[in-house]
Amino acid sequence: MTDVDTPQGMLEPVADVGGAAQPLLQVTGLTKHFPVRGDLFSARKTVRAVDNVSFAVMKGETVGIVGESGCGKSTTARLLMHLMPCDSGAIIYDGMQVGRSLSLRDLRRGMQMVFQDSYASLNPRLTIEESIAFGPKVHGMADGAARTLARELLGKVGLRPENFANRYPHEISGGQRQRVNIARALALSPRLVILDEAVSALDKSVEAQVLNLLADLKREFGLTYLFISHDLNVVRYISDRVLVMYLGEVVELGPVDAVWDAPAHPYTSALLAAMPSSDPDKRTEVPPISGDPPNPIDPPPGCRFHTRCPFAEPLCAQHTPKLTDLDTMGHQAACYMAIPGSGHSRAPAKTTGDNAA
Amino acid sequence: MSDTALQAAPTTKARGYWATVARRITRDKVSMVCALILILIFASALLAPWLHLADPYQGSMIRRLRHIGTPNYPLGTDELGRDMLARLIYGGRLSLIIGILPVIFAFVVGTSLGLIAGYVGGKLNTAIMRTVDVFYAFPSVLLAIAISGALGAGIVNSIVSLTIVFVPQITRVAESVTTGVRNMDFVEAARASGAGPFTIMRVHMLGNVLGPIFVYATGLISVSMILAAGLSFLGLGTKPPEPEWGLMLNTLRTAIYVNPWVAALPGAMIFAVSICFNLLSDGMRSAMDIRN
Amino acid sequence: MFAYTARRIVYVIPIVISVALVCFLLVHITPGDPLVAVLPADASQELAAQLRTAYGFDRPLPVQFGLWLWRALHGDLGSSIATGRPVLSEVMRAVGNTVMLAVAAAIIGFTLGLLFGLIAGYFRDTWVDKLATSFAIAGVSLPHYWLGMVLVIIFSVQLNWLPAVGAGPGGSGAWAWDWEHLRYLVLPAITTSVIPMGIVTRTVRALTGDILSQDFVEALRAKGLRERGVFRHVVKNAAPTALAVMGLQLGYMLGGSILIETVFSWPGSGLLLNSAIFQRDLPLLQGTILVLALFFVALNLLVDIAQAAIDPRIKRG
Repeated sequence: MTDVDTPQGMLEPVADVGGAAQPLLQVTGLTKHFPVRGDLFSARKTVRAVDNVSFAVMKGETVGIVGESGCGKSTTARLLMHLMPCDSGAIIYDGMQVGRSLSLRDLRRGMQMVFQDSYASLNPRLTIEESIAFGPKVHGMADGAARTLARELLGKVGLRPENFANRYPHEISGGQRQRVNIARALALSPRLVILDEAVSALDKSVEAQVLNLLADLKREFGLTYLFISHDLNVVRYISDRVLVMYLGEVVELGPVDAVWDAPAHPYTSALLAAMPSSDPDKRTEVPPISGDPPNPIDPPPGCRFHTRCPFAEPLCAQHTPKLTDLDTMGHQAACYMAIPGSGHSRAPAKTTGDNAA
Repeated sequence: MSDTALQAAPTTKARGYWATVARRITRDKVSMVCALILILIFASALLAPWLHLADPYQGSMIRRLRHIGTPNYPLGTDELGRDMLARLIYGGRLSLIIGILPVIFAFVVGTSLGLIAGYVGGKLNTAIMRTVDVFYAFPSVLLAIAISGALGAGIVNSIVSLTIVFVPQITRVAESVTTGVRNMDFVEAARASGAGPFTIMRVHMLGNVLGPIFVYATGLISVSMILAAGLSFLGLGTKPPEPEWGLMLNTLRTAIYVNPWVAALPGAMIFAVSICFNLLSDGMRSAMDIRN
Repeated sequence: MFAYTARRIVYVIPIVISVALVCFLLVHITPGDPLVAVLPADASQELAAQLRTAYGFDRPLPVQFGLWLWRALHGDLGSSIATGRPVLSEVMRAVGNTVMLAVAAAIIGFTLGLLFGLIAGYFRDTWVDKLATSFAIAGVSLPHYWLGMVLVIIFSVQLNWLPAVGAGPGGSGAWAWDWEHLRYLVLPAITTSVIPMGIVTRTVRALTGDILSQDFVEALRAKGLRERGVFRHVVKNAAPTALAVMGLQLGYMLGGSILIETVFSWPGSGLLLNSAIFQRDLPLLQGTILVLALFFVALNLLVDIAQAAIDPRIKRG
């Protein structure tokens, strides 16, 4: 087997226009509210699945998104893929806005996604080769070339093409299927891959293999990842920066080490404290967070976390904290305890030079 | 490339979905027996003119209502002295046509409507499915008879009315299957790779949707055979002297005191076809459930 | 629960109007002039025009529908052409007999269906299961009008145990709850019960099998619950769906009785429909179908509400 960097017959990736300083993905004010079917006797309600989410993904980095189930992680992924329309907000891919300077079709090549359920995300009636070759064919590649590419990519994801190409999804294991899904995503030469809980359903040992594969592929193809997971250990392992979401909002974001070492939002602290630790001295007997997330149909006013926050003060219920810079490294949090002079009793003192009362 | 060796595949032979289904169904004895019986009935109806049968229209006043087993009349004769064997075999032609055609028509119309409703969703779905609901407010026998009764007797009217009865049923099944498949991740993935709705429909939806609808329609043939013959039995289908199982059953009703078992024969044919389609539908359903 | 019931009732209104529309249109898909049905064969042009105005056939269809619906809401479904009597009273009299037949058949069919279904579900893949399933599949594949004939052949013609046709001795219309009359009910009721028996068996078998294979049953057994206790849980979980299926079947028996009533000359709504069709008595045809369909809709509504009342998983909010 010859060792090539990228398969020869791949689609031309979407050109890098902005250079290294231009974020590959720039999301501002992304919002999605779902109407909940109202009926004759009750008013229409909305679920605020994603509310005013902003972040950027730089070229070549891996950004993790963490949060409890129902916090809007997967909705964010689907919005980014334009699988559903957003209510408001902008998604800028490498400086280009979809629908204006970048066609939806090109965006689909530039951005691909791997889903959680490895079985449901493969068409049971198609062979693995056909599933992988489908995307390139949609983008104009000839059938033969697409199949050749599919086989080559199977090799890239660690599956022997001659054994797997003509298999059907139900004939192979979950880990193997997820490798196929990764190959399918790569078949369009994307520069950004969204991994929506892509390893969460796998056994721990298989999960580790797939994570290593992802790291290898990232190096080989020069990929950028948006890695969505509820598993903090995995996120820490793979991510450069991390985004913490709670009830559709970003509550904290920053370099993964900064967030892990000095979480600024009590929700982040609680999540980290809830992580099982292998160090007996660090084990905790007290549950760091209690109760379920409030119903996203009517999120509490003010800071959405104040109903579960041990440090909540009246201020938190009345006003909504904004994401605020904590340092110059991009660590931000939306909590009054982290905002100097916010009025919260635990807030740091105001730095001099500010002229507000 | 990571240093782990490429993973080997399972040792079983790779088989396509339909090949697997076909293999499973050929191993199901019940399904195979039913298929055999149906093939026999269809073939004899189709080849009736070449089977050296008696003339199914030629009656005789002197040999009316002969018993089963009479020489030259293995299944006896009917109330006008016509050979029952010939009439049963010739009767299959019309009976099968009026029983199966409505399901075929309804399959085409209902599948299209259901696919559109399920795939497009939104207001179109509401419009189609609410209309379907209206037809569900009638018991199917009543609806078939109401439409047939209003349109008047005749083969075409009978086929039309049964088609109208079955379209909503198939539409409902097609819609629910389509909605289920549409929400599967692989359809999302196909959209995410930039495929248009028609490509997704052709490559990803049809293959997954048609199977279950087809199985349902096969089971519906069983109902359709009973209803179509029932309409004829009431006098809403074909007219005498045409051989047709339902009509034969009706005209032979007067003979039950004279020669009861000959009178019951046409019903046995309807029953045989109906139960075979039912069992075949069940067999296909379990053969297609290949995940276990 | 009240809100759910109210909402279901509100949702039924458009269905009822659409059903009425279908019944109304039935007469208008009839080939030829609807007037032909009410017109004497030797009528003059003048009389035709007069009747056309009297029946409102000269107005636009939506207006005709509105007028017809308005009258129907007041219980006026017109008069039978054949007998001249009001359609509603004719239909209601016949429906009584059909309800009697359907209820008798339901008692037989549902009892057997539940029994067979539970047994088959409990002893899945044993010979008992195979036997019960065969019964069920034969039940749903039988042309019931033929079964009626076969039963008549066996029990009336051959054995002479039960009467073949009618609803009482001497063809008198009056029904009485004695064996002399009940004898007439036996064969039609058994014939009618076969399809619901098959369908209830299949449903209950599937439900029982599914419930028994669920983890919570395992847990019940693990905590030492006896089989009788497990059975209670099975019944509790199967009841809502089984009830819904039975309700629907009762509706089918009411509305689909025409073939069996024809075989047995049972003087119910089906026989009435039969004569309406062959005498081209369109008002009677229309009225009978409307009443039967409304019965069916009402029954479905009741089943939905009853199901919601006993099934905690259905949202009642």
